[in-house]
Amino acid sequence: MLDSQLVMYDEDHRRILAVIRKLVQSAHAKGIFVVDRNGQLMAEAGEMRGIDTTSLASLAAGNIAASGGLAKIIGEDEFPVHFHQGRRDSLHISTVGRRAILLVVFDERSSLGLVRLRVRKAQTELARIFEEIEKKSERAGGSAETPFAEITDEDIDNLFNS
Amino acid sequence: MSFINYSAREINCKIVYYGPGLCGKTTNLQYVYNKTNPDLKGKMISLATETERTLFFDFLPLALGEIRGFKTRFHLYTVPGQVFYDASRKLILKGVDGVVFVADSQVERMDANLESADNLRANLREQGFDPDRIPTVIQYNKRDLPNAAPLEEMRRLLNPRGLPEFEACATVGKGVFETLKAVAKGVLADLRTMGR
Ligand SMILES: Nc1nc2c(ncn2[C@@H]2O[C@H](COP(=O)(O)OP(=O)(O)O)[C@@H](O)[C@H]2O)c(=O)[nH]1
Ligand SMILES: [Mg+2]
Repeated sequence: MLDSQLVMYDEDHRRILAVIRKLVQSAHAKGIFVVDRNGQLMAEAGEMRGIDTTSLASLAAGNIAASGGLAKIIGEDEFPVHFHQGRRDSLHISTVGRRAILLVVFDERSSLGLVRLRVRKAQTELARIFEEIEKKSERAGGSAETPFAEITDEDIDNLFNS
Repeated sequence: MSFINYSAREINCKIVYYGPGLCGKTTNLQYVYNKTNPDLKGKMISLATETERTLFFDFLPLALGEIRGFKTRFHLYTVPGQVFYDASRKLILKGVDGVVFVADSQVERMDANLESADNLRANLREQGFDPDRIPTVIQYNKRDLPNAAPLEEMRRLLNPRGLPEFEACATVGKGVFETLKAVAKGVLADLRTMGR
């Protein structure tokens, strides 16, 4: 099911990071963010540390969900690529498989053509990684060995008392 | 669909406040936002029309603390309640882990409550969820108003399954955190049986 639990391990995160760090270089991007379609940030690279990535992730997911809804109305499956041009910085958004969204922020040091070209390759690599993460998550979902299997009511109560 | 990030040692869960237009969903989030320590909350986003009606969603990220060494983060969303925003509501339910159904206690809003409750079940199903398995709590809001329906009647209409329920007055915060805690508890308890 599409809405099975997603579990990301250290090695998955490192692989995603490797791809987007390379993409920062090759696309001359300012910042790159990988967000899941439910609005959570998964990885970031580039020189934009300190911006509000939580909001960024939720709005990017909302944006993709809304444009996907529009696409269905006119008989498309989705709009896989979006481009927002700003005065200084621009934003390139593309979907990665069924699960993720790739955001690339760039300025005059790069160009839409270059970003589009480099994103295409990264997209394929990311899609493959996410497919593997999903397979792993599904397997993990079947077993009981999660750190949460043993959560007690007390653990949960403590969250609210601190 | 909660997201467990072993790399950041984080667990992220999505909670959606559902209910008819003007029942007090945005007010719930605003109260939580105002009462939460700045270190624990992110920015509250409201995608609203000029008249402050929710257009797409409100969003409030909250960090609750740690469980077994994992930071627990809750992303709270509201849906627009007006009937014609159904397409947006469906989108916001994607990947939901827990639902707060906010009912408007005013007698004349009972039909709207019922319609919204039906709509919630239909939309959850459409997203591939079993509505009976999503952790859900019911909030009877606006208990302060003189035209509030008797609790018994609301319970009979809106909570036949006996889900956790709370009386509230969101404008002054009564019942707001109790509701949030209950749904968070339901979501976390679900993680024990992750994957099912
Ligand atoms: N009297 C009273 N008014 C409330 C209460 N909760 C919300 N309201 C008011 O109801 C109106 C609609 O609330 P809002 O949160 O925007 O509703 P939403 O459409 O569900 O997001 C606002 O004017 C609120 O101040 C409550 O508990 N009691
Ligand atoms: Mg609202």
